[in-house]
Order: sequence, then structure tokens, then C-alpha cells
Amino acid sequence: MGRYLIPLGIFIVLVGFLAVGLNLNPREVPSPLIGKPAPAFSLPVLEESGKSIARDELRGKVWLLNVWASWCVSCRAEHPVLVELANRKAVPIYGLNYKEVRGDGSLDARQMAPADELALARSRASQWLNERGNPYVASLLDLDGRVGIDYGVYGVPETFLIDKNGVIRYKHIGPVTPDAVRNVILPKVKELNAAS
Amino acid sequence: MLRPDRQCGVLRRLALVLFAAVSLAGLPAHAGEAAPAAEDPVLEKRVTELSELLRCLVCQNQTIADSHAELAIDLKNQIREKMRAGESDRQIVDYMVARYGDFVLYKPPVKATTVVLWAGPFVLLLGGLASLFFKLRKRVRQAQAGEVMTEEEHLRAAALLQEDPVGKGSTR
Repeated sequence: MGRYLIPLGIFIVLVGFLAVGLNLNPREVPSPLIGKPAPAFSLPVLEESGKSIARDELRGKVWLLNVWASWCVSCRAEHPVLVELANRKAVPIYGLNYKEVRGDGSLDARQMAPADELALARSRASQWLNERGNPYVASLLDLDGRVGIDYGVYGVPETFLIDKNGVIRYKHIGPVTPDAVRNVILPKVKELNAAS
Repeated sequence: MLRPDRQCGVLRRLALVLFAAVSLAGLPAHAGEAAPAAEDPVLEKRVTELSELLRCLVCQNQTIADSHAELAIDLKNQIREKMRAGESDRQIVDYMVARYGDFVLYKPPVKATTVVLWAGPFVLLLGGLASLFFKLRKRVRQAQAGEVMTEEEHLRAAALLQEDPVGKGSTR
């Protein structure tokens, strides 16, 4: 009897590892940027042509950076959640409009002059927000996706929570769900607002 | 000097021409279009070599070199640009790891969290060899000490041989 106990033990341990491993989501790659300063940027604002916002202007408050684009299908699912979150006025949401034109496979941005690309991105993004409501204090246009790379964005949507000192505290990968807002984002916002 | 966004567009075009040239290598019409890439084959080789070490986060089982995902193309352009700016492979890998974590590396670094990954197979192999060694040694010792069969077993064996109905076993 005893001779079977060792293989059985090994088998149970293996099953345990597999059970945990198979239930992990391989798409959720933990960001190395958590606890690090948010990468710098200075990008044109969607709502106001000629104006741009830099990272350092957002210091001193807790804010969310939501990566989105009008071609992103999951963003549509996420959008009502963001609109509701914005209505609560618990935390300002800034949008990072990621590769609005270049990210859309049906468009060929390589044929376009930069000014035309910017204008097209503006009209597409504004129309999308007009139809669905605008939860953003402002949306920043990251036409070539450079800022996205600096933030380690590998799929849209993604959402970053940034504290008063400009440090990234949390990253949500994929569409923000009402559960995530209630159980993770709002409690963290509260905690960060209470911190000096 | 081109503006950064413009430059990126040019590089994307370059990447696309390169891709087209590779996939249509047999067609003479495209031979001319590959010229811009051929201007610096050494750099292109470096870009490919380095991007073969990096994982594409969109299609996770492909390297950046293999993947045609948007992000992989952007990152290849980023690598090419950084190499042009004179950055070393080490610096570029660090740049990627700072943004995407160790996950981008196909060969993860040896550190506290990855010790099991690196040492695990060897520990298991040594454990297996050790248990095999002890088991065999025990068996040899038993054989030498004549402990292979107990007295009772000897009697049972003898009884079985006696009973042999065919007779082959009992004829001597």
C-alpha cells in the first residue's frame, strides 16, 4: 500500500499545479510599471485643436488613463461603464486615444500627410464619443502609438490608475467591468486620495 | 530631418516593402522595391536577430520577428530606430523589459522568481538518478546477502516444481 502513496502524492501535486495554471489568464501579463512613475507624454487634445496636455500638468490629483480607439470593439462594451464612472465624479478619466487611424486595418495611414491623419483621427474619435457619450475630461491623441508603447500597452482597452505623485498604482487589462469599478478601482481611488 | 510621426510612417513603409520583398522574392518586378532595406543589410540582420529573442504580447507564442501584429511591427520599427541611434542590444532589451516585463523575453533571466524554472528540471533529474541508484544498490545487497527469497518462498517454489504435471520440470 505504502509504495503507491508516493506516486499518488506526486500526481496530486501535478493536478494542483495544472488546476491553478489552467485557470490563469495568459492574456493578463502583469505590468512592470506598477509602482513606477507614469511615462512622460505631451499629446494633442482631441476636444480642442491646438491644445496639448503633458503628464506633469496632471500631477497633484488621482486620475485614470483609459486607452481606447473607435476601432476597438471591446471599448464599446466598456464605454457605458466609464460613462457611469464619470457621472459619479469620483475620479477624473483621461482618454488615451491609441492609433485612431493607423490601428484601423481598413485605412491606410501611410498614404496620409500627418495633418490629414490628425484631422481624420479627430473626426472619427469625436463622432464615436458623440454617439456614446464622453466620459473623458480630455482625450489625448497618440497617433503613432509611441506613448502606448511607453505605457506597455499591448491591447486596447487598458486602464491605468495614477496617483498624486504621478506613480502608476494599478493597471486594468481589457474592458473595465462594473465589478472592477466597484471592488477595485473605487476603493483604490479612495485610498490614494486619502494618502498625501 | 523628418518629424517623428512622419519618420515612423516611412519606417512602416520600409517594413512593408521588406515583407513584400520576402514574400514575393521570386518576382523580378519587386526586386527594385527592396532596395531601401538592402541599403543597410547589417542593421536589418541585427533587427531580426534581436526581435527573434522577444515575444510578441499580442500573439504570445510568436516572436516579434515572426508576428505581423500591429504592435510587433511598431516594436520592430522601434528597435530599428534605436539601433540607428547607436543603442546596444542590451539597452534595447532593457527598454522592452521596462515596458512589458520579463514576459517579452523568450529566455527569462535567472532571478529569485525564476529559480524553480531554471533549476527544476536538473533537480528532478538528479532526484530520479539518486533514487534509481539507491534502489539498485539495495537490490544488489539483497542478492549478495541471499535475501532474494525467504525460506517460505523456497518451500513454495519446490512444491510447485513437484506438482509439475507435464514432467519437464521434475525430470532431472
